[in-house]
Amino acid sequence: MAGGGKSPASFGEPASSDTPQSRETRRGFLADASRYCVLAFVAGAGGFVAGRRGEANQLVWQLDPDLCIGCGNCATQCVIQPSAVRAVQFYPLCAMCDICTGYFDVSYRSLDTAAENQLCPTGALIRQFIVDQAGVPRFEYHVQREICIGCGRCVKGCAMMNGSLYLQVQHDLCVECNDCSIARACPTRAFRRVPASQPFILKRKARRLLGQADK
Amino acid sequence: MIPSRQATWVAPGFRWFWGKAALGLFPPLWMSACFGQSELVRPHIPGYDSPDWEAQLRAALPKGAVWEYADVAFLIVALGAASYVAIRARSRTGLLVIAGLSLAWLGFWRQGCICPIGALQNVALTLADPSYFVPTVVVLLVVVPILFTLLCGRTFCAAVCPLGAFQELTAIAPVRIPRWVDESLGLFPYAFLGLAVMTTVCSGYFLICHYDPFVSFFRLGANASTWIFSIGVVLLGLVIARPYCRFLCPLGAIFRIVSPLSRWHLRIPPSECINCRLCEEVCPYNAIRRPEEGGWDGTSQKLPISNLHLVVACCGVVIAGVVSGLFLGPVTSRLDWRIQLAERVWLEESGQVVGTTDASDVFRKSGIPVSQLYEEAAKIEGRYRWGCLLVGLWFGGVMAAKVLQLSRSPHRREYEPERGKCYSCGRCFRFCPLEQVRLGLIDADSIRVYAKAAEKDKARPT
Repeated sequence: MAGGGKSPASFGEPASSDTPQSRETRRGFLADASRYCVLAFVAGAGGFVAGRRGEANQLVWQLDPDLCIGCGNCATQCVIQPSAVRAVQFYPLCAMCDICTGYFDVSYRSLDTAAENQLCPTGALIRQFIVDQAGVPRFEYHVQREICIGCGRCVKGCAMMNGSLYLQVQHDLCVECNDCSIARACPTRAFRRVPASQPFILKRKARRLLGQADK
Repeated sequence: MIPSRQATWVAPGFRWFWGKAALGLFPPLWMSACFGQSELVRPHIPGYDSPDWEAQLRAALPKGAVWEYADVAFLIVALGAASYVAIRARSRTGLLVIAGLSLAWLGFWRQGCICPIGALQNVALTLADPSYFVPTVVVLLVVVPILFTLLCGRTFCAAVCPLGAFQELTAIAPVRIPRWVDESLGLFPYAFLGLAVMTTVCSGYFLICHYDPFVSFFRLGANASTWIFSIGVVLLGLVIARPYCRFLCPLGAIFRIVSPLSRWHLRIPPSECINCRLCEEVCPYNAIRRPEEGGWDGTSQKLPISNLHLVVACCGVVIAGVVSGLFLGPVTSRLDWRIQLAERVWLEESGQVVGTTDASDVFRKSGIPVSQLYEEAAKIEGRYRWGCLLVGLWFGGVMAAKVLQLSRSPHRREYEPERGKCYSCGRCFRFCPLEQVRLGLIDADSIRVYAKAAEKDKARPT
């Protein structure tokens, strides 16, 4: 408040009792004192913050696949092109379908690897024939990380079935913006900061599946 | 954007697809429905090992923080060099070279992120949120420039800050704007600092990053509205030097408080000033102040106001600040996405809007009760109310301090930079005849003419 302490204006007024020299020393003393106060405060606050938080606990951006709706913002909003977000395949959840809703476009003409039948705009999803089980062909689907652009079409498609394909931030590509621009544009706020020691988020389903496998 | 995309999804292919599914071309769908299973089980294939899914994640692990350490090393070296060049070597060219290097390294090579201005938010968030971690490097990014400012003035702004360097190098034809405009707009960074810290602490909303006009240049990519803002700031900066530094930069607001205490600071003349007035008009930042007593016209730079009026004015601005803070709280809380979501869900639940959004769909799918969302939103809004009150108090205090500062009699005996506002850019050096003598460009005798002229001016009746 203005009333608290002497206003600086009143310092100058009783100048008659002060010699210019004493005024100079007083100013110098006040300047020194406040300088040291600020120094102590900044160094103390900085040391406190730095000491409280270790390097190992650095935070990185990640998206929660349970909140992801595959809207496509990851491909378009990231500051690096192509995006640092890529699809990953959680194999234990994949049912190895012939008619994969993550692989085939809804208007596919035939169940083959022709580009017009594929959902993936870059052909990053590989369809690999594994075995024919009593007339039911089984396929494995792999994501080619280098080609994937993180558009999430396969994620959206796969979500109609098991949802084994989902998006994750690739930390080796991510530049860790202070304010992630995909997070800003994400319609469901699926992005959050996670500790660098656990930099990926598993789907709830996947966690459940792994829990069962552990037992 | 989203609705149109959904519309294309529902286009002919959709019916065709579901038609197919209904016809039984999609046996897994109805089979799982019959057996009450929500999902298909991965078939067991004897002799076939599934690929290792974790291998995908191992390829995408975080990198080490090597570059961040290099950044801090660069920061310290550049700050040391800039301070030496500004205060001892007195070379604007040297400062421009350092500015160019900083712009290249911290700006275009490291893409301007994380910068000391933005790192302020991380530090603020650490102080507020115990679950948030900040690396030591980020703390150093904030602390080192402040400590250097405490020692040498704003040499960080002059040449090291990539944003400052960008503006310094693009200020092609700077004009001086009236002092009152400058001072009034110069109050905004304090408000911005308060708001940025408040939104960070209340909801982790990084306001400073949202209004960073230069990151779009450093990354050569941004959305349309950011580009318009960025290009606008740069175009403005061609004639009004450093518009971001002067009228927005929140770290600059801290520097304006810290820099007046600096131990060493750039001086306009290399030796004792002869009050020749040649530098008076050259600073585009209005940072050169003339001597109070013994100046050329002897007029007072003090605000003509009595102590009583001063106290009333100060109380008035503080109260005005607090009251505006009270009104601002509920408005600014809308920045938080949980409050936006709660509002949307409430509108949907009460039937005031038709349809749902992606966010509200996902929220319902998550199974969290609506009451919990409302409670959380209310809690956040409460935080915003308090936060805005404090921001109002802070800004009122800043304005009161400004009034006090204006009513205070400055004790300058020579032309000197106003330390809070001076960016140590070194533009004024070459206008000083003493500097010209120092560099051997003019004869020492010739400056007597200036000194004499200054004496004459001093004697001139006002």
